[in-house]
Amino acid sequence: MLRFTLRRILQVIPTVVVVALLIFVIFSVVPGTFAASLFADGKHAADPQMMARLNEEFGLSKPLAERFWTYVTDLAQFDLGTSFRTRQPVIDLIGDRMGASLQLAIAAMLFALVIGVPLGFLAALRPGSVLDTATMIGAVSGLSMPQFWLGLLLMYLFALQLNWLPSFGYGDGSLQNLILPAITLGVTPLALLARTTRAGVLDVLNADFIRTAHSKGMSKMKVVRWHVARNALVLIVTTVGLQFGSLIGQAVVIEKLFAWPGIGSLLVDSVAIRDIPVVQGTILVIVLWFLIINTAVDLIYAAIDPRIKQE
Amino acid sequence: MLKRLTLAAMLSLGVASGALAAGERHGGTLVFTAPYGSSFATLDVQASPHTQEEFITQAIHRALYSWDSIQNKPVLELADSEEVSEDGTVHTYHLRKNAVFHNGKPLTADDFIYSYKRIANPKNAFPGASYIANIKGADAYIAGKAEEISGLKKIDDNTLEITYVGPINPGFPLMQNTTVIYPSNVEDESSFAKTPVGLGAFVFKEHVPGSQVVVEKFDKYYEEGKPYLDRINIVLMAEDAARDVAFRNKEIDVSILGPTQYQAYQGEDALKGQLLEVAEVYTRNVGFNPAFEPFKDKRVRQAINHAINAPLIIERLVKNKAYPASGWLPISSPAFDKDKAAYAFDPEKAKALLAEAGYADGFEFEVTASPNESWGVPIVEALLPMLKKVGITVKPKPVESAALGDAVTSNNFQAFIWSNSSGPDPLNALRCFHSKTAQSACNYTSYASPEFDKLYEAAQQERDAAKQIDLLRQANNIVQDDAPVWFFNYNKAVMAYQPWIHGLVPNATELALQPYDEIWIDENAPDSRK
Repeated sequence: MLRFTLRRILQVIPTVVVVALLIFVIFSVVPGTFAASLFADGKHAADPQMMARLNEEFGLSKPLAERFWTYVTDLAQFDLGTSFRTRQPVIDLIGDRMGASLQLAIAAMLFALVIGVPLGFLAALRPGSVLDTATMIGAVSGLSMPQFWLGLLLMYLFALQLNWLPSFGYGDGSLQNLILPAITLGVTPLALLARTTRAGVLDVLNADFIRTAHSKGMSKMKVVRWHVARNALVLIVTTVGLQFGSLIGQAVVIEKLFAWPGIGSLLVDSVAIRDIPVVQGTILVIVLWFLIINTAVDLIYAAIDPRIKQE
Repeated sequence: MLKRLTLAAMLSLGVASGALAAGERHGGTLVFTAPYGSSFATLDVQASPHTQEEFITQAIHRALYSWDSIQNKPVLELADSEEVSEDGTVHTYHLRKNAVFHNGKPLTADDFIYSYKRIANPKNAFPGASYIANIKGADAYIAGKAEEISGLKKIDDNTLEITYVGPINPGFPLMQNTTVIYPSNVEDESSFAKTPVGLGAFVFKEHVPGSQVVVEKFDKYYEEGKPYLDRINIVLMAEDAARDVAFRNKEIDVSILGPTQYQAYQGEDALKGQLLEVAEVYTRNVGFNPAFEPFKDKRVRQAINHAINAPLIIERLVKNKAYPASGWLPISSPAFDKDKAAYAFDPEKAKALLAEAGYADGFEFEVTASPNESWGVPIVEALLPMLKKVGITVKPKPVESAALGDAVTSNNFQAFIWSNSSGPDPLNALRCFHSKTAQSACNYTSYASPEFDKLYEAAQQERDAAKQIDLLRQANNIVQDDAPVWFFNYNKAVMAYQPWIHGLVPNATELALQPYDEIWIDENAPDSRK
C-alpha cells in the first residue's frame, strides 16, 4: 500500500509541472497587460511613462525565456510571486480566500452527497417507480440547468419572496449566508451522484453474485448492505472525487453571483486586469486541489477494492 | 446643505428627494454597493486608478480639493483658503487647523509634501504621478533626477506653498483618488494597503477580501456635526442581476443600474421615483486611426457620423440610458456648446461625402471592441446594417477590456469603440486632441489640427475663466467638425436608492461615488439600518 501511495503522489508532480508551463505560455501570449488594464475603463487618460515603469518593475519588458526561468525557479521554491495590483505575495491573497472557497465546496458536496446518494440508491431499488422517475427527471433538470440562472431563481424565491435567507454576501461567515450558494453549486454534483448511484446499484443488482446471495437465502436487506452497497461504492467514490475536485473551479460563477469571497472571484478579477502572478497561482492551486482529491480517491479505491491496488 | 442648483443638478433628472430635504438624522448603517468588480485591489488607494477603490477613498481619505457635485467644480477641501499669485502659478494654502488623521496626527504641510513625493516616487510607479507632474519640479523628481519636488514649500505647519508648471486649475489633478493625503508619521508604508489611515469622516474597521469593507464614524472629523451615519458596509456586488434582487429585498441601500434594469425600474411605480440620474463626463465613441487610408479623409469620417442613427441605437440598445453626443465635451462640461448641432442622420449625405472622397463603392474596416453592452460589440453589431447601406462593411474585432487598452495605446487598430473620460475639466479633456499629446497617452486618434492647437494653447494661457471656457468651446467645435471619432453618446448614470436614504448628489464625475458624510438615514429605515 505504501508503494502504491508513493507512486500516486509522485505522479502528481509531472502533471503540476505541465500545467504550470501551460499556464505560463498561455498568459504570456494572451493580449493585454496589467499596465494597459489600469486605463481600460477609459476614465483616466493613459500614462505611457507609468505603463513603461510598471512593465519594467514587473519584469514584463524582459525576454520571454528570462521570465520563464524566473517563474520556474520561483515555483520550485514554492514562491507564487507577487501580485501586480496589490503588491502582496500571491500565496497570501489565495490564503485569504481559500477558507471561503473550501467552506463553499464542502457544503455543496455534503448537500449533494446527503441527498443524491440515498435518492439514487432508492431509485435503483425500485426501478420504474414514481420515486425513480421523479429522481431521474430531477437529475436531468439539475444537470441541464445553468447554475447562474438557478442561483438567481433561488435568490428570488428564498430571499425576495420568502425572506428566509440573505441573497448575497459572506456576512459574518454564518450558515445563513452559505445555504444559497452551496445549494446552487451542489445541484449539479447532486444530480450526477443520483444518476451514477442509480446506475451503479442497478448494475450490481443484476450481477451473478447477487443472484447467488439471494439463492443462498440471504435477506434482501443483508444483500443490499453487504454486497450491493460495497460494490456500488467504487463508482460513487469516483463521482464524488471528480466532482469535489472540480467544485472550486466551478464555483467561479457562483462566487461572483453571490459575492462570495472565494478564490474563484479572485481569479476572474485577476484575469480581467491581467494580474498574471495571481492568475497563475490561483489556477495552479485549483489544479493542485483537483489532483490531491483524485489521488485521495485512488487511495480510497485501493482500500475499498484490493484488486485495484494489484492492478 | 445644498445651496446652489447648477448645471449638474439641472441635468440630473431625478435628484434624490432627500438631497434637498432637511431634518438630518444621526446614526444608522448604510449598506453601499461597490459594483465595479469582485474585490478591492488594494486599500492603498494612492496606488490604484480604479473606480472600485474610490469607494474606500470617499469614506476614509481626503485630498487637497474635492469635487462639489452641486457647483459642478472642484473646491478646497483640506485648506480653509488659498492665495494665488499674479501669474496664477503659485498657490498658498492655509490648511485646516482642525483636521486630524485617524491615528491622531494633526494635518500639517509635511503630510502633503510626504504624500505627493510618495505618489510621484518613480520606484512606486503610482498612477497619480501624472497629476503631481503639474507641480513644478515634479518631472525631475519622477525621472529620478531630483531628491525633492522644488514646487512644494512648507511655510509653516499650517501653510503650504505649491508652484505649478502653469496657470492651471489645480483642483482637478489634486482632488483625485490617487492624490489623497496620507499621514507622514507612519513608518511602515506597506500598512496602508491593510489598515488605511486618512482624514475622512470614517475610520477603517474591517476588510473581508472579496466581500466587504466596513468603516465607522470618526469622532474627530473636521466638519462639525458630520458624519451622520455610524457605520457603512461597502459591499462588493459585481453582478447586476444579484444587485437587483438584493435591492428589491432591501438588503442594500443603493444600486447602480444598467440599461435593462433602468428600463424595468422605470416601469414599476414603487421604484421609478427612487432613481437618481446624471449626465456623466464620459463620451462613448468609435475612434478612427488616420494611418488607415480611408480615415485620412475628413469627409469619410464625417460620412460615418451621418450614416449612423445614434438616437435609434440609444433608444433600442442602450434603453435611453445615454444622451446623444454632439461633440467630444459632454453636456455637463462648462465648455459644452448647446447651440452646436449633432451630426444629423442622413445616409444620402453620407453617400455623397464618400463619393467626394473617392469611396463611392465603400470600403471595409475593423472595429476593435470589448464585450461591454453599452460601448462594445453589441453596439458595433448595430452599426453593421447602417453602414452597409452607404457601402461600408464593418467587421467587429472582439477583445477583452484589458486587451482593448493595449491595442489602442499601441496604435494597433483601424477603429475602436470605447468610453473615454471627457471631463470634468475641459482643459484636461481636450488635451487629448492636442498634436503634442502622444498617441499612447490619450491622443488615440493621432489628431493634429493647427487651428485646434492655437485655440487650445490660448486657453491654457488664459486666466479669465469665462474667456478660457469660450476658447475651449471653439476648440471642441473644431474637433466635432473634423470628426476624428464617431460621436455616439454621453453616459447617463442611474442610481436606485431606498426611500429612507437622503443626501445623495448627482455626481457627474461618477454617480456611484457619493459623499458619505452628507448621507443620512431616516426613521422609516428597517431596524437593521437604524
